[in-house]
Amino acid sequence: MAKPPLPIETLIERYGPHLNYVPPGGWRDESRRPADKLVKTHCCFCGQQCGIQLKVRNNQVIGFEPWEEFPFNRGMLCPKGVKRYLQNNHPDRLLDPLLRTDTGFRTATWDEALNFTARRLREIQERYGKDAVAIYGGASLTTEKSYLLGKFARVALGTRHIDYNGRLCMVSAGTAYKLAFGVDRSPLPWSDIPKAQVLLVAGSNVAECSPITTEYVWECRDHGGKLIVIDPRMTPITRNADLYLPVRPGMDVVLLMGLLHVILREHLEDREFIEKYTSGFEQVAEAVRQYDPRRAADLTGVPPESIEKAAHWFGEAERAIALHARGIEHQSKGVENCSAIINLCLATGNIGREGAGCSMITGQGNGQGGREHGQKCDQLPGQRQIDDPAARAHVAKVWGISPEEIPQAGLSAQEIMNAIHAGQIKALFSMCFNPMVSLPNSDFTREALDKLEFFGVVDFFLSETAHHADVVLAGSLQEEDEGVVANVEGRVIHIQKAVNPPGNARVDWEIYCDLARRLGKEKFFPYHSSREIFDELREASRGGHADYYGITYEKIDRQLGVFWPCPSLDHPGTPRLFEDLKSMHADGKFRFVLTPYRESGDPVNQEFPVYLTTGRVVSQYLSGTQTRRIGALVDQYPQPRIEIHPRLAEQHGIKDGDWVTITTRRTEITLRAMVVRTIRPDTVFIPYHWSGPRSANKLTHRTLDPRSKIPEFKVSACQIRKAESPPLWANDDMVNKT
Amino acid sequence: MFGYEFYVDPSRCIGCQSCINACAECETHRGTPMIHVDFLDRRNTIATVPFVCMHCEDPTCAKVCPADAIKRTEDGVVQSSLKPRCIACSNCVLACPFGIPKMMTELEQMMKCDMCYDRTSEGKRPMCATVCPSQALAYVPSQQIERSRREKPTNVFFFGNQRVTTKVFMMIPPERDALSVDVVDYMWEENA
Repeated sequence: MAKPPLPIETLIERYGPHLNYVPPGGWRDESRRPADKLVKTHCCFCGQQCGIQLKVRNNQVIGFEPWEEFPFNRGMLCPKGVKRYLQNNHPDRLLDPLLRTDTGFRTATWDEALNFTARRLREIQERYGKDAVAIYGGASLTTEKSYLLGKFARVALGTRHIDYNGRLCMVSAGTAYKLAFGVDRSPLPWSDIPKAQVLLVAGSNVAECSPITTEYVWECRDHGGKLIVIDPRMTPITRNADLYLPVRPGMDVVLLMGLLHVILREHLEDREFIEKYTSGFEQVAEAVRQYDPRRAADLTGVPPESIEKAAHWFGEAERAIALHARGIEHQSKGVENCSAIINLCLATGNIGREGAGCSMITGQGNGQGGREHGQKCDQLPGQRQIDDPAARAHVAKVWGISPEEIPQAGLSAQEIMNAIHAGQIKALFSMCFNPMVSLPNSDFTREALDKLEFFGVVDFFLSETAHHADVVLAGSLQEEDEGVVANVEGRVIHIQKAVNPPGNARVDWEIYCDLARRLGKEKFFPYHSSREIFDELREASRGGHADYYGITYEKIDRQLGVFWPCPSLDHPGTPRLFEDLKSMHADGKFRFVLTPYRESGDPVNQEFPVYLTTGRVVSQYLSGTQTRRIGALVDQYPQPRIEIHPRLAEQHGIKDGDWVTITTRRTEITLRAMVVRTIRPDTVFIPYHWSGPRSANKLTHRTLDPRSKIPEFKVSACQIRKAESPPLWANDDMVNKT
Repeated sequence: MFGYEFYVDPSRCIGCQSCINACAECETHRGTPMIHVDFLDRRNTIATVPFVCMHCEDPTCAKVCPADAIKRTEDGVVQSSLKPRCIACSNCVLACPFGIPKMMTELEQMMKCDMCYDRTSEGKRPMCATVCPSQALAYVPSQQIERSRREKPTNVFFFGNQRVTTKVFMMIPPERDALSVDVVDYMWEENA
């Protein structure tokens, strides 16, 4: 039973999160001595993957210097990027493997920890079958590690259950893009954004979640472009929106169909493009007929005049771009929302041209690269489908096994947790994933983790999830290993190794290779470097949609990134997709996809009359495993607050700063109110980066989009009331600080 | 840096505080940011404003300093107070029309933005303007700003009867020439 061995408070006291404020040696003295070297690499956090130079001295990262030559961000960084170096040399860093005992965790040797891990995985597979073990990966891992995890699951363990936290990120967009275009990548490079005449941003808090993109948006406006923002909240980019559409949570698809309705009614569509290059238009045109602006307004809460205006602007523009992110993707109809965006672009012929098209703003560090080479439950390297016989044959040959030995598709991330809860999956081996904070309904997640017969974790800090582990293998930070990632644009970039892992911590891929050896699969994992893994990945991806064959570390350094597909060594890469106006489907057509409206899995009603939506703040990244340990970032936004419109607040006698209890069909939590006019009065918002009693995900529900399997973080039903008393944690200094 | 000027455009600011965090990384005052980001009125708006020192041509802070501790370099950068002279009286803090100087009580000295003098003198751009993700703070050649921005720069400000000219430019709507924050400047007065 994988229960925390000590009270959570004791674990936090010992393993953090503690706050690191100063570089090694302190601000004034040690840190002023010059660096030994500056390492040109990338930020470890979000999908923007900004270029940055890390200052290194004595195997420690002591600061940073902007990297102005890197074309994507040209030196720009958000506060997370500025302070990212403080995760290195952090006092909470795990320096040895840990084994759980009855009295807490104790350090262990690598031999002991790895032998134990391999033995338990083997025992459970012998007793319950191969698929009783599941693997979790993460989209902050380099592409080499993502590839290795997929191979480890399928070759070393032979389980079909491997999935990753990218399942909580942009999979709805990925599914929709595959349906329409046959490939899952942003079709355009970010340099296209300033060229658009109209920029539609749907469900994306650009300024806080992909801050560097802000400059591209502002540049677009500088050139005379119009900005349309769709969001239930006024996020910072809304300050310059030419048109703001405050959509009711979960109603995006209706609003987008309303826009298409007007475009077709006014004959603003591109008939020639539709006829020559697309299929499925007639059905979609028929389906949007019922959503006239008045009906759409009633459902979405957006004025009919605004719908008319947005449709006219988008339809009349010669070049329009639609950007979208988790706001429309984190829904039980996330795929439909994204398809509706794509339909708008296809109907107006906005694809495959400079300054025209659509793109998801991928959130995680390697959100793009991490989803291409095999840690997704239904994919093999090169973005190949696991049920495609040709794909299986190609990959099996590269791996040196027979195609039949590759398991079929397994369960997605939330489904794996559900299967653990149901007792069907008995063991979990996880890296770079903190489901206690990031999966919906965290009480359910805790119950599931408690039931595991074996739980192994590879991590650099002891996350809230790792509290439940039988064994924690001390892995590496991003700056401690070499590899590639693909940024938001599909630009493959090179992560440089700046320092070695401290203490007895190890580089992640070595841990998996050593485990494979103990599982008797040594010959399939003979690597001596990340580069060797990358070279094998290049072959495995060859001929697939995400073709990396022509990409090398040297070419990336020379070109400052290479956009995939890059099928040969002399190929420069492909910044913009579909310039030949052909999709990657066999028939080359772009496909319109129907987007019927469905109700949320957690509908508002009289008992739970308020929409709850969740999201992020600029100073924190994902589940906070790293950023809740960096002092300046925590100080910037120390605690989650619930944003409430004054109209709703007054109904409940709530004033700014009051404690408010939020109750959903799962449970309740109590947070301080932030009374603001920048959110719809029927909606409240909570950022999700925190754990335990401050966790927004205690409130959210496990409804999944049926195709993408993304949870519906953005739409829940809740009730609010002024709290009778502050929550217990309000008086706990340790919790209160982190 | 030759040909480069500093521009502040509040309308681009997203309140991310990257500038504050980066300012604290500057070698001359590492650990202590010298820059401000104001949330104007969070209840009613998401609007925020970043402020660096505007580096006035005739700095009010220096004029009111009883210890003559605030100096302006030849290239127009108004520096933090000279430690041996500063008496920590806070006159400058009170007098600055932009509200920039900070009294560092633990250092017994006024410190403020010096436009990253250590960086610009080495051909590096100031830390805040380099990292600013929205380029609300920008340190670029003047032709670039004139070519690329929708707003236009001014460095003339009116505070009542005081006309202040600064080294740092503020981006303002294209139809305006100077920025005044006083109603009086918009009034017609017979004997003005």
